[in-house]
Amino acid sequence: MPNRRTFSLLAGLFVLAPGLILPGNARAAPTDQASSFVATLLKDLSNVVNGSAPVAAQQAALRQIIFERVDIDSVARFCLGRFWRTATPQQQQDYTAVFRNVMVANITGKVGDYKGVSFTVGAAQPREDMVAVSSIVTRPGNAPNKVEWMVSAAGGSPKVIDVIAEGTSLRLTQRGDYSAFLSRNNNDVQALIDAMKKQTAAAN
Amino acid sequence: MRMLSDPLRAWRTLLAPLALACSLAACATPPPASDPDAVAEFKQLNDPLEPANRVAYAINDGLDTAILRPIAVAYNYTTAPGVRARVHNFLDNLGTPVTMVNDMLQGKPRRAGDTLMRLLLNTTLGVGGFFDVAGEWGWPAHDSDLGMTFATWGVPEGPYLMLPLLGPSNPRDAVGMVGDTFLAPTGYLPHGLANTVFSDSKTVISAVDARAAVVDDLDKIKAQALDPYATIRSLSRQHRQSKIDEIGADTSQTPPAAWIVPK
Repeated sequence: MPNRRTFSLLAGLFVLAPGLILPGNARAAPTDQASSFVATLLKDLSNVVNGSAPVAAQQAALRQIIFERVDIDSVARFCLGRFWRTATPQQQQDYTAVFRNVMVANITGKVGDYKGVSFTVGAAQPREDMVAVSSIVTRPGNAPNKVEWMVSAAGGSPKVIDVIAEGTSLRLTQRGDYSAFLSRNNNDVQALIDAMKKQTAAAN
Repeated sequence: MRMLSDPLRAWRTLLAPLALACSLAACATPPPASDPDAVAEFKQLNDPLEPANRVAYAINDGLDTAILRPIAVAYNYTTAPGVRARVHNFLDNLGTPVTMVNDMLQGKPRRAGDTLMRLLLNTTLGVGGFFDVAGEWGWPAHDSDLGMTFATWGVPEGPYLMLPLLGPSNPRDAVGMVGDTFLAPTGYLPHGLANTVFSDSKTVISAVDARAAVVDDLDKIKAQALDPYATIRSLSRQHRQSKIDEIGADTSQTPPAAWIVPK
């Protein structure tokens, strides 16, 4: 008759067994998966901004990276906060489309400023239903910045949900900006969409 | 008894604008109770003085655009990055006594030890603080002030305050800022022209040093925000909170990394 220790050993093996049998990625912990996802992302980003391609080509490459690896639609929804529910389906669609343009313009607008940037990927740890992957971003002539990449694999493949630079969350800040704008414009989502459209028109 | 030159002056400069803000203060109107989402948002924003704060922001922004930003841009343009780093290190070193006292008040002996080593090494080998020798030897810089100390003691930040000239704050940090001037040894120097010139220059150079470091970032924030006031409110609070969380999360051992010989 197996004693208790043998039993827990067997139980332990049983629990571990799927991990021993399943190959490759399926076995990787979410933190490992997020970590290698961010490492690849940062390598690709630095290849683009430090490359010698013309600015337009760099911007196109960044745009593609953003659309592929950032869950931009869910970030858009988050940034609209409680007003997402009050918006009409047409407004939701317009808002998401213009949000994508604003994000791309904000990130790719001054691509030249990032030249010489380097990244060091640090530890990954689960936070809420996401994984936070830390990194140090160094730009020439600037003090190194602590940047955390919040990664979620809720949609199947890992995607960036938020970027936390020196403790400030990009999507939280953006949501604060939009909600302040809305509260000063009668909570009118259409006014927000129009203002965002004007913003992207000015950036181009 | 020696008079406190610096602290008293700091009190006066801090209180005058506060009095102005209070006289201008019209309180923000809370949303009607029939809209619970809006009420929750109002509470979460915690900015009941928003109308007065926006006035202060407009004044600060005007002064910044007209005076401080051009000086900061000129400073960045005319000096080499190495020179700016030396200036920053020097100012940082002058602040270490206050940092160390606060590290101790926060019950963080390792951080206080780091700060002490920074003061000793940078003042001597770092030639009066111009070179951050300690940082390279494993005693990195960190922020620590009385507002943070109060936070670690559980004092809530209170409503958002946009202080004229001084920028984003709250009652806890504003009181801390005044308290810190009493902790600074330079405040206890005797009255005199040299002291006045020194402390006034320090104030001006600190402002330029801090502003020059964020010229590009602040330009970008102001260009990209639909409501720069709200964006700066959100950013400054988050940044401050992350610094405070960092203190709580710092459980590093008392002997610094440089003393631990790897096996």
